[in-house]
Amino acid sequence: MSAVMITRKLRKWEKLPGKNTFCCDGRVMMARQKGIFYLTLFLIIGTCSLFFAFECPYLAVHLSPAIPVFAVLLFLFVIAMLLRTSFSDPGVLPRALPEEANFIEMEIEAANGSVPSGQRPPPRIRNVQINNQIVKLKYCYTCKIFRPPRASHCSICDNCVDRFDHHCPWVGNCVGKRNYRYFYLFTLTLSLLTIYIFAFNIVHVVMRSVDQGFLSTLKETPGTVLEVLVCFFTLWSMVGLTGFHTYLISLNQTTNEDIKGSWSGKNRGQNPYSHKNIVKNCCEVLCGPTYPSVLDRRGLMQEDSPTAANSEGPCSFDNLVAQTVKTTAPLIPNEHTPDDVKPSIAAEKSSAPKDDPPLAAKLPPLASPETDAETSIVKNQ
Amino acid sequence: MAETHSLQDMRQQAAVAAKVFIQRDYSNGTMCQFQTKFPSELETKIDKQQFEETIRTLNNLYTEAEKLGSQSFVEGCLACLTAYAVFLCMETHYEKVLKRISKYIQEQNDKIYAPRGLLLTDPIERGLRVPSCMSLWLSRKGRTAGLDIGGFFTVTSDGG
Repeated sequence: MSAVMITRKLRKWEKLPGKNTFCCDGRVMMARQKGIFYLTLFLIIGTCSLFFAFECPYLAVHLSPAIPVFAVLLFLFVIAMLLRTSFSDPGVLPRALPEEANFIEMEIEAANGSVPSGQRPPPRIRNVQINNQIVKLKYCYTCKIFRPPRASHCSICDNCVDRFDHHCPWVGNCVGKRNYRYFYLFTLTLSLLTIYIFAFNIVHVVMRSVDQGFLSTLKETPGTVLEVLVCFFTLWSMVGLTGFHTYLISLNQTTNEDIKGSWSGKNRGQNPYSHKNIVKNCCEVLCGPTYPSVLDRRGLMQEDSPTAANSEGPCSFDNLVAQTVKTTAPLIPNEHTPDDVKPSIAAEKSSAPKDDPPLAAKLPPLASPETDAETSIVKNQ
Repeated sequence: MAETHSLQDMRQQAAVAAKVFIQRDYSNGTMCQFQTKFPSELETKIDKQQFEETIRTLNNLYTEAEKLGSQSFVEGCLACLTAYAVFLCMETHYEKVLKRISKYIQEQNDKIYAPRGLLLTDPIERGLRVPSCMSLWLSRKGRTAGLDIGGFFTVTSDGG
């Protein structure tokens, strides 16, 4: 063993549990699978490049220079919103420190009493009253916390996310409290950009065909065909998705709640989070406060020390906890069902028919946010 | 005695101190609010009125941070128009209020809690997460007891 070990101070993101990837020394936070995100970027940048290369010169001269200018602004806004959605912390809730987890276990055990062996322990549920509505808080076996209202566990990222909407593979991240408005603006402006490019492609083809004939136009600007194809299919799914999220925002619901039917059917009108006023709901979601990230990604990890008396890092508690409290409550195994996802009903409600090429439809399944066997029993009652 | 310990020392001892969790109050929705119920473990340590006053002030500050008023609306619209680039140079309203909250907690610790051997920890340090229980846990050495609002407040006490 070497006499001298130079240890680099670790930042907290390097030790965070969960299946996220971090870049730029913890500033960027994404899901592990980023392939579809790169595809999204490629499609947007590629289509816009073709537009700027083939259509814009003609339109700037024959119609107005404002057309490419506005297209550039819209394009930059779309990219900014996409990157903001993809790179930011969606509202991940940090896992319980060992001492907290143990206390919760003790409390649950005390509440449930002793369970005869062989019998399934009762589900871990806590009821809270929100605006005169009883809401069940579920226990997360992975994060060892009772989830706050509207939070849900994403099995793809393996984190509990506050105000969990869905996991979007197209942006390569979860959509939650902190990045929902950027996601919505992304879908909205991308719809506008798609419509814009599509419309001006048509205008360009028509105008040019009048002078040169249709076939010659296509020969001169071959990019047009590709753009029209991409835009046509993207348009329907993006406009549909934007419409769907506009509907959700006006009711102050998340995609997750909509899929589970928490506030629909016989529970309609009982959403305790809604202000019962469309304008107020929209204002809250889109113009509400910008919540800080509670994951201290770039903070420095405390030094490990054997006495563990001075440090607040989670590793320091392990020694102490082991000596104080031992729980006997049998922990029910992890609720994850890998990618056993519910179909993306949300996308199906509003998107084009299923024979679309995979480019256009938002059909990569939404992650099932939580698949806790216990809670589904409760839900079905 | 508690007075001779600096807050820094107390923070370090908080790691081995007993913790009492103060729960979030969801009766008005998902806004960040804490229950003003006085924990029984603190009965011998601090005046109930003072504790409730602290929590009530903190609740008011969080309400102000999350308020949907004209200021947040204007800030939101302006930020949106600049593709949120404006936040690179400007602090959000929420962040400004969080700073005020930190200052207030520091003040309360200096004036009220530290002299009684208690330590109130800023919630943001521990994640603004919902505490799942109220717990009192004595350290091995048994000489310190403390409060930890499950990630919100840690009120640590010394001796007893």
